[in-house]
Amino acid sequence: MTDALLSAVPEVKGRSLFQLAVMRFRRNRPAMAGAVMLVLIACLSFFGPFFISHSYDQVFSSYVTIPPSLEPRPGEDTLEEAMKGVATRARVELQSFSVEGETFTAVITAKDPIDPRATRYFDRANEFDKTEVAATEDEGRKLTLKGVVDREYFLFGTDTNGRDLMARVMLGGQISIAVGLLASLVSLGIGVTYGAISGYMGGRVDNVMMRFVEILYSLPFVFLVVVLVVFFGRSFILIFLVIGAVEWLDMARIVRGQTLSLKRREFIGAAEALGLTDWQIIRRHVIPNTIGPVVIFVTVIVPKVILLESFLSFLGLGVQAPLTSWGSLIAEGANNIQSAPWLLIFPAIFFVVTLFSLNFVGDGLRDAFDPKDR
Amino acid sequence: MENTKTMEPILAVRDLKVSFTTPDGDVNAVKGISLDVRPGETLAVVGESGSGKSQTMMGIMGLLASNGRVTGSARYRGQEMVGLPPKALNEIRGAKITMIFQEPMTSLDPLYPIGKQIAEVIVHHRGGSQREARPRVLELLKLVGIPDPERRIDSYPHEMSGGQRQRVMIAMALANEPDILIADEPTTALDVTIQAQILKLLRDLQKRFDMAIVLITHDLGIVRHFAERVVVMRRGEVVEQGATAEIFENPKADYTRMLIEAEPHGRKVAPADNAPIILEGRNVVVDYKIDGGFLKKRANTFRAVDNVSISLHEGQTIGIVGESGSGKSTLGRALLRLIASKGAYRFGKTDISELDRAGMRPLRRSMQVVFQDPYGSLSPRQTVGEIITEGLYVHEPQLSRAERDKRAIEALKEVGLDPSARNRYPHEFSGGQRQRIAIARAMILKPQAVILDEPTSALDRSVQGQVIELLRDLQSRHGLSYVFISHDLSVVRAMSDYVVVMKDGRIVEEGPTDAIFNAPKADYTRTLIGAAYNIGP
Repeated sequence: MTDALLSAVPEVKGRSLFQLAVMRFRRNRPAMAGAVMLVLIACLSFFGPFFISHSYDQVFSSYVTIPPSLEPRPGEDTLEEAMKGVATRARVELQSFSVEGETFTAVITAKDPIDPRATRYFDRANEFDKTEVAATEDEGRKLTLKGVVDREYFLFGTDTNGRDLMARVMLGGQISIAVGLLASLVSLGIGVTYGAISGYMGGRVDNVMMRFVEILYSLPFVFLVVVLVVFFGRSFILIFLVIGAVEWLDMARIVRGQTLSLKRREFIGAAEALGLTDWQIIRRHVIPNTIGPVVIFVTVIVPKVILLESFLSFLGLGVQAPLTSWGSLIAEGANNIQSAPWLLIFPAIFFVVTLFSLNFVGDGLRDAFDPKDR
Repeated sequence: MENTKTMEPILAVRDLKVSFTTPDGDVNAVKGISLDVRPGETLAVVGESGSGKSQTMMGIMGLLASNGRVTGSARYRGQEMVGLPPKALNEIRGAKITMIFQEPMTSLDPLYPIGKQIAEVIVHHRGGSQREARPRVLELLKLVGIPDPERRIDSYPHEMSGGQRQRVMIAMALANEPDILIADEPTTALDVTIQAQILKLLRDLQKRFDMAIVLITHDLGIVRHFAERVVVMRRGEVVEQGATAEIFENPKADYTRMLIEAEPHGRKVAPADNAPIILEGRNVVVDYKIDGGFLKKRANTFRAVDNVSISLHEGQTIGIVGESGSGKSTLGRALLRLIASKGAYRFGKTDISELDRAGMRPLRRSMQVVFQDPYGSLSPRQTVGEIITEGLYVHEPQLSRAERDKRAIEALKEVGLDPSARNRYPHEFSGGQRQRIAIARAMILKPQAVILDEPTSALDRSVQGQVIELLRDLQSRHGLSYVFISHDLSVVRAMSDYVVVMKDGRIVEEGPTDAIFNAPKADYTRTLIGAAYNIGP
């Protein structure tokens, strides 16, 4: 039939299964939306802190547990109160006070001429800065002062220690995403290698390796973590090592199952006949062909790992203050749900959106790699 | 036969179209075909894979995959079937028109005894209880030739052989005395001797019940001996239809002629008697352990190859023939030292009986293998170039990337593929092209002996012929020696100069090809040859 010669199109580049999967993925709207959302959240978490003036550990003692607002803090009326207080301390009388954007204008009077150094009193207050004398009238008895109002925006409100929640959510995002990805990578690396070796070698090796996995399964997770913390001390690296060390068990089982069915495929037999070593076959043939289910499983592991991390932080074994993660922010928020619900709402929104997006992406990947669709 | 032509058709198909919606656009599997099925006749629908022959019948029966759509008309005794709601359709299908499928292994539910599954069909269409249906089930099992039906009625599918399961499927199809039995490749998954029995059974039953059989097949040999009329399909269209004898003796369409002539022909000339032995296995024994589990120490063993000796001379092709389970593939792997086995092996002058995997590695380039399944034997995640140069990566690691690429181009040209194929992936190629890629992978190392494990069994006849041509051509060009393993006698006859017939792990008979085919000595060989349907009259 038409089998003999391919039409002589010079140097056509074929589309690999992976490229086809990417194409199918891009046609899947919810999955693409999920992917875009994930990128946005990651950008916000990692680049957001460069665009806001507060750092995650900066304490604003005058603004403890204030609700989120688009208005700057402090408000106009409180500013006037503050100004009156300052005026009293400087032993002058406040005649008028107004705020325009970031600058304020105050007119002060006194019986005697006012020493221009009295502006220091104004600078000393939290709210005002760079006070200057703009005009002098009445032989120094009436001064017009201009200066900068130091106003803060707390779009997400502040927590019980007076730290900006937005900065904290961004930091929490950084840590949660980093832990999620790195721990998943650790579990991916160990699980795929272990599972592929176990499945490919088969027989007694497989038996011993899988029984070992079952023993690890039966160990209580918390106990394992405590043991590891005792051994290695407490550090950030440890968290994802510990989580990865637990999560690879599922991955190993999945990869082993895949490998068992791959092993019967003829291309493995052909590779043996070509004289490839076991390790070459595992590396070149087994692992690349397990990629579909593995990628899908990773999207399940990432949210699982993020949840595990928050559980560890809750026990006091995870990240330590002033560092934080979404998990510990949510735990904190849950404690203050009645007095300060925003402490729960904002981290929870980010967390939930991330998990949803990951699930959509996972679904999309599963459809994209579905062999039935080939 | 003449009088059936004048009879009113019981199934009239007119301008039937089947299309599938896929992410890459609509695929038209059947592009408007028309055919008639007359009472009591056997109509064969012939075509190669992808010709739409199965999808036509699935479309009529309302059994398409969820993304399939059928338009046109199919009338059973005047009643339109296309577009009928499932409930109304069930009055006809399963009762008046029934189907049997290719895979007897998967079309029975493994959880229920076969008697129950047959009774279910009867109860569904006629009412009553399972108990009331039992005598009828026994009768049916007797009818399809299941021995000892009183005992077998409570057997589970896994307790029966492939041929018996196909008989059970036929019993289910006959349960409601249908007018039309659609048999979709009913014997493709079965051994030739079983195939002959099943076809004989179908013919007897047809006479007894006066039902029409629509036989969907790719095997022209069966068609010639079994069908009265033939419809030849290609790419969703009817190429030609007419009486069987007419079509075979006087085919009008080029495609039909090509199909008939695709039967492998030619003979292989035996090499000189004094040609040196290239690959030899003496007293080969292969035992498979039936897994005993972790704690069970004593595992059962199954002897797949029992004391077989074989020696391949330079330039020779040994054909190994046998049915499934005869140990022919296992023997091939044992000769390559790919599985644990006992016996004395020799490659050229080297004794390879005691070599381990590492010891065998340098010799691997001289003894290669080509497998049956062109879909499973190529890793889907590598490019064709990576696949065929993999051997070089092991045996000539010093080659640069450019040199490897050059060798890949040469190998692809040698097997008749365009060199640009090396940048593409296996899933972009047809079965025949993939088999050429697999051959290129073996040939790039310039081997001396090649084990061909059913290399043509999964291919269409016309493609099969081309692959055989290619293998012969490569053999004469490079002086290769082949061990050709197959269950297909016509291919073995065309390819090999020496034939070994195997059954249950032992050699039943061996000898030069012509001697075996013209004057078989063993009873089994005679049965095997007698059961094969040839395309000739």
